[in-house]
Amino acid sequence: MYAQLYFLPEYLTAHLQLTLLALLFSTTISITLGIVSTRVTWLEQPLLAVAGVVQTIPSLALLAIMVPILAALDLQSIGFFPAIIGLTLYGVFPVLRNTVTGIKEVDLSLKEASRGVGMTTFQQLTMVELPLAMPFIVSGIRTATVWVVGIATLSTPIGATSLGNYIFSGLQTRNYTSVLIGCVAAAILALFLDSLVRAIEVAIIRRRRGQLAVALVIVVMLYGYAGFTLAAPMIDDRQRPVIVGSKTFTEQYILSSVISLWIEHETGRSTSLIQSLGSIVAFDALAAGEIDVYVDYSGTLWANEMRRAHEKHVERVEVLDEVSRHLEKKHGITLAATLGFENAYALAVRAVDAERLDLHNVSDLIPHATRFVIGGDYEFFARPEWLEVKETYGLRFREQRTMDSALMYQAAATYAVDVISAFSSDGRIVAYGLQVLKDDRNVLPPYDAVILVSARLVNDDPAVVEALTRLDGVIDVDRMRAMNLRVDSYGHAPSTVASEFIEELLTTGSR
Amino acid sequence: MIQIKNLTKLYGRDVVVDAFTLTVRSGERIILLGSSGSGKTTTLKMINRLIEPTSGSVLLDGLDTSSLPAHELRRQIGYVFQEVGLFPHMTVGENIAVTPTLLGWSPERIIPRVNELLELVELDPEVRNRYSNELSGGQQQRVGVARALAAGPRVMLLDEPFGSLDPLTRQRLQKSFLNICTELNLTTVFVTHDMTEALILGNRIGVMRDGQLLQFGTPYELLNQPKDEYVYELISTPQRQAAFVDSLIASNPTGPVS
Repeated sequence: MYAQLYFLPEYLTAHLQLTLLALLFSTTISITLGIVSTRVTWLEQPLLAVAGVVQTIPSLALLAIMVPILAALDLQSIGFFPAIIGLTLYGVFPVLRNTVTGIKEVDLSLKEASRGVGMTTFQQLTMVELPLAMPFIVSGIRTATVWVVGIATLSTPIGATSLGNYIFSGLQTRNYTSVLIGCVAAAILALFLDSLVRAIEVAIIRRRRGQLAVALVIVVMLYGYAGFTLAAPMIDDRQRPVIVGSKTFTEQYILSSVISLWIEHETGRSTSLIQSLGSIVAFDALAAGEIDVYVDYSGTLWANEMRRAHEKHVERVEVLDEVSRHLEKKHGITLAATLGFENAYALAVRAVDAERLDLHNVSDLIPHATRFVIGGDYEFFARPEWLEVKETYGLRFREQRTMDSALMYQAAATYAVDVISAFSSDGRIVAYGLQVLKDDRNVLPPYDAVILVSARLVNDDPAVVEALTRLDGVIDVDRMRAMNLRVDSYGHAPSTVASEFIEELLTTGSR
Repeated sequence: MIQIKNLTKLYGRDVVVDAFTLTVRSGERIILLGSSGSGKTTTLKMINRLIEPTSGSVLLDGLDTSSLPAHELRRQIGYVFQEVGLFPHMTVGENIAVTPTLLGWSPERIIPRVNELLELVELDPEVRNRYSNELSGGQQQRVGVARALAAGPRVMLLDEPFGSLDPLTRQRLQKSFLNICTELNLTTVFVTHDMTEALILGNRIGVMRDGQLLQFGTPYELLNQPKDEYVYELISTPQRQAAFVDSLIASNPTGPVS
């Protein structure tokens, strides 16, 4: 609990920055558009329709789609920038709709009176229409505020720190305290900002100038804080920290911590972590130099990046060599070290079933598949490797279910599914009484864990890259399973497990 | 002086006001009288260009009103609306001060002016800081008149300003208004469909029907030489009503049956 709370100031500040900036943009944009559409009336319906459609896009997808769009435009596609754009788009609709309604609702006799007393069109807007529409507009801002605070938690997978870091890493590592802290903090922030805007709304309607002034001062202070904390790193002329990325599962959290601690210890350079990145997002971020280092798996790159999943019987060393050459040539990415273990996709079944049905190899599954339900993580059924496995073995399962990778093992153990796309380095295979089936037709490529570093780091910080090469071969698969299990089943923090590993590495001098 | 020449308004093919021509002398109170749809309000709104005329012209002391921006024209002309139209988010004082503020008067000039106007329309200066929804209908229209007068216009336009008030309040406001007009020597055009109001307030009355000015003259001329049956019917309404009321009272000398 206390270990988790340590991150609260960082996550909360980041969350506040995202929320406040996105709200500022969406409010400005939508009030402007709202005013324009009451002047240019044919614009109103199309504008509201477009804003409404944006609203119906699932929020996680809206944020995620910013990554390829911004990357295609050659803009910063990971982190704060895409998150801000996605959140801004999401906040437009309620404010736009209420601005339009508010201005249209102004009594016609008052609009005529404002002309009659000699106001220009602009004065009619600023002195009569906007003040009278203000309660509507503010209530739209309230709606947007609550939405944006909530949706900002989904910025984590696209690389923007937020309170979602608690939620995503907590869900992956089965740390429900962490999930709870994230949810409660986001809820409190939403309530606080909502009541602040509510106070402004009431102050306007009831004409309480004092209350309005106090509320506005608080708003200005919040923006000041967010602006200052955002600007501080920019004017800070110290060297940029080495940014270590991780994907969204336990092993990645542990390894990113290991790498970050190692770099700090060996080179004295500061590091920062961007965790819970989507698999493709992490690779693109490295290629774009937005993160400097992360761990990927040779087979994943072989299948996704090089599209060679259809090749069978490939040697471990051969894959490593080719991946290394391909990355270097095509993206300027360097393969600094192989950690010493594989985290392969492997089909696993309950050990009791394996014994009962005499299952050892994947091909033994063929006669039983039609009675079995298979569970896989979010990516698995869409990956080229799975298509190859299905094709080569001619497997037709009764049903396939997609679920969070953290839940697969339990799902198999409790008979919710019968076969899972397990990760070979996951300690829960043994812990939940499961057994891995051998890929007897050699369809799946090898999945060696490799440390990848960006071209930027190779150029700017050769000492860091050199330190990383010394991690070659330091973690075998038993070691990795044990560390994974400590997080997944015994509730240790990934950072604790990582720092113990580093200490041991330093004392035994096994490098 | 207001010279209105061939003022015409078309909405598509509908002729709402048809070649309206009339001259209002300085300090004169003109009443435009007619039933609804006769074009009287449209005519009034074309004078300060709340409605732009299709053709024709309005000269204000010899100056063509189309020669200056509409908002500047309107700042020189007081306008009292049928629906009053006080701004609900402003205090009474801010409402009255609105045109002087637009004209860029200093606060030192505006504050005494607001007090002076409240006194002129016979309102307690205390209402200055109240909001319009805290006032009665009669008080609101007094504020409406004060707002129209605030920048010291030479010309006042009034669109059925007392139409929605109860008869007693209406009478009091008519009396106040008459005093104000005389005191400030205002040139006014006043639209109403109430014949009694027309006779009480107007120096001269223009009767409108179907967008045209049927007859224009003093109440005496209209009563004694009505141009046609319609004008006679309209102008004699108060007399016929009075006669009817008299006959009712005469037929029941003991008073109304409870």
